[in-house]
Amino acid sequence: MADINITEKELHAPQGGDGHGHGHDDHHHGDKYQSSFIDRYLFSMDHKTIAKQFLITGMFWAVIGAAMSVIFRLQLGFPDADLSWLQPLLGGWIDVDPASGKGTLSPDFYYALVTMHGTIIVFFVLTAGLSGTFSNLLIPLQIGARDMASPLMNMLSYWFFFLAGVIMFISLFLNTGPFSGGWVAYPPLSALPQASDGSKAGMTLWLLALVFFVVSTLLGGINYISTILNMRTKGMTMFRMPLTIWAFLLTAVLGLLSFPVVTSGFFMLMMDRMLGTSFFLDEIYVAGEALTDRVGGNAILYQHLFWFLGHPEVYIIVLPAMGLVSEVLSVHARKPIFGYKAMVFSILGIGVLSFLVWAHHMYVSGLNPFISNIFVLFTLIIAVPSAVKVFNWIATVWGGNMRYNSASLFSIGFVSLFISGGLTGIFLGNATIDMQQHDTYFVVAHFHTVMGVAAFFGMFSGIYHWFPTMFGRYMNETLGQIHYWGTLITAYAVFGPMHYQGMAGIPRRYYSFDTFQAFNQFDTMNQVITIAAIIAFFLQILFIINFFYSIYRGRKQTEQNPWGGTTLEWTVPINPGHGNWDGPIPEVHRWPYDISRYEDREFVMQNEPLAEGEVDGGH
Amino acid sequence: MSTLNKTVKRIHPKKFALWMGIVGMIMFFSAFTSAYIVRKASANWYNFPLPNEFFYSTIAILGSSLAFYLSKKAYLRADAKTFKGLYFLGFLLGFAFIGLQYAGWESLQAVGIDLVANQSSSFLYLITAAHVLHVMGGVVALVVLAVGLIRGRFDVPTPKRTLKIDLTFTYWHFVDILWLYLLVFFLIQQ
Repeated sequence: MADINITEKELHAPQGGDGHGHGHDDHHHGDKYQSSFIDRYLFSMDHKTIAKQFLITGMFWAVIGAAMSVIFRLQLGFPDADLSWLQPLLGGWIDVDPASGKGTLSPDFYYALVTMHGTIIVFFVLTAGLSGTFSNLLIPLQIGARDMASPLMNMLSYWFFFLAGVIMFISLFLNTGPFSGGWVAYPPLSALPQASDGSKAGMTLWLLALVFFVVSTLLGGINYISTILNMRTKGMTMFRMPLTIWAFLLTAVLGLLSFPVVTSGFFMLMMDRMLGTSFFLDEIYVAGEALTDRVGGNAILYQHLFWFLGHPEVYIIVLPAMGLVSEVLSVHARKPIFGYKAMVFSILGIGVLSFLVWAHHMYVSGLNPFISNIFVLFTLIIAVPSAVKVFNWIATVWGGNMRYNSASLFSIGFVSLFISGGLTGIFLGNATIDMQQHDTYFVVAHFHTVMGVAAFFGMFSGIYHWFPTMFGRYMNETLGQIHYWGTLITAYAVFGPMHYQGMAGIPRRYYSFDTFQAFNQFDTMNQVITIAAIIAFFLQILFIINFFYSIYRGRKQTEQNPWGGTTLEWTVPINPGHGNWDGPIPEVHRWPYDISRYEDREFVMQNEPLAEGEVDGGH
Repeated sequence: MSTLNKTVKRIHPKKFALWMGIVGMIMFFSAFTSAYIVRKASANWYNFPLPNEFFYSTIAILGSSLAFYLSKKAYLRADAKTFKGLYFLGFLLGFAFIGLQYAGWESLQAVGIDLVANQSSSFLYLITAAHVLHVMGGVVALVVLAVGLIRGRFDVPTPKRTLKIDLTFTYWHFVDILWLYLLVFFLIQQ
């Protein structure tokens, strides 16, 4: 412990906060704790290394989650195809007919795949992989801090995430399979081990993994908030913070307020599973047998506790993407962000409203229609700050001197997807329309577009843009653009048609539609979707090849500030050490978007003092 | 240079992080008590009086908080003897709280109100047990501090030592106030 304290003191002394020792440490002396491989790459406390750990672990899970979707899409697109070739990978989950030798996907495993795809992508990839990566990378670099408020907590945050991942990974190999009751884990299916194979040990491990995941999110989030609020460099007022930082701040606040609530639900679920309580159970029949001792509970209660996290969670996913996109669009359009303060207040508005809309996931749960009305109202109001943000992104790009590269293209793609997916949200937010559309592919299309693929686009945009900050090299631009155009087209090809399927009433989560004659007309559409999904999957493999190739062989970064950014991460040396700046931390004198605002200068960085009589652009 | 010399005096990051953690814990217990209210509104809910031990435990944890409060004053006066004495008094009262909560559960069990008797008892055990787990977290911090105390590391106040004491006591006062909230909540709900 003593050693750790010394490091932390060294890192923080310039910030003040210990109440002593200011000013004696204006030069960074290197990091004593990166002396060995283990300290440097495994149990690192450097926020930049932890960011890379989050990113690469997130990529690992993204491949697994996406591969699962490809397998269940094969079932949906080609239900009669022979899948015996998947047997080496999936073993017993492929039922092989001894007579014909034809392999089909086990229905139980189909549900497990759908469940795990959702859990993995929502929590491990788009929460930890997105916010974990970029909050860690950018918060200290952009606010001017040597590291996080507590590097130790930061490291623990990653390792709790890792532990959660290991537990979830083990659950994939259980004899009874991983949990298969949907990523929302509604009781009674999740509360009764005898309810299905996936509800046995798979669900126990699912709960355990998610509790560790919550611990990781809280450790990370508390750190992000205290770093942003307490460790900004001199002159970095709240309204001089880049929009990325505002987004990360609100993301962490949402996580801090909502994850504990779902955890309380998880604990009640565990007690129902293991200790015989009936918090969520009442009048249950399993295989025709009444569970007479499990009475008095309320399954809807779990839904409230779950969606009290669940809805803020979608903003936990999309806000960091929004922050990254705001920054990337401004820098590559060579224009200040349009309506900086409107953007900040939209983020705050979304943050507050996100806690008042959760029951719009529960319109068909028997909710009182008058209560539904209130949730409809707030759901529609949240479209206002979202629309303000969209308008401002378009206005930022409008008339800009746009550089079309992988980073900026993915940002534009984000805006496109966010509009396409957001518009269908207005339909679903209305209780009356939702009664019809609920649990159909319309919902699947909506949320995949607005917060699934869109958040991935924000993440890709951030990776292409800040790759030099992370690795001192660039990613391959040609491969990046192939990745962009391919992913954009296939994403729309996958989720566009699903809107029609949903409107026609095709329910989500079904293994097979062969008993529904009316849906036969969509067979070809399902095949197109599956083929598009497979192409999309291989395009992401291309991205991963590009990513790892570029780490070692990419074009080297030679300029400190290659994109002409104005924020502080472009003042650190190429491949910065632990502590970020070799000399003193720069002071901030202006807002972060002084791009193309001066006759004689293309851009002015945040650490440049204001000229005599000049007014800060953000005010 | 000027950046580094002119630092604004802000709350210590660790203290701030603790307060953030407390916010999270408040949300955690708010969820439990909200769920309690929602569930209680439906039928099949048995009311039963709280065991007396819960009131004794309340006195114990309030006493421990008071002892820690006074011990910090003694610490700031560099009165090591009073500090240690009061600290260990608070420490013992903290343990007494956990013991009395356990005794409370035992006496509930004795009259047949066990975990699965009714939703009302399930909630009572769940919420009080979750609280005791949080108290145990505080006990771990108290033990760490006590080890330093026995070795005489806190005889003379320094900012670093004060921070450690502040962090531990702030958390302890929080779990104390949390218990008061829960007790009042249970009493109102009866």
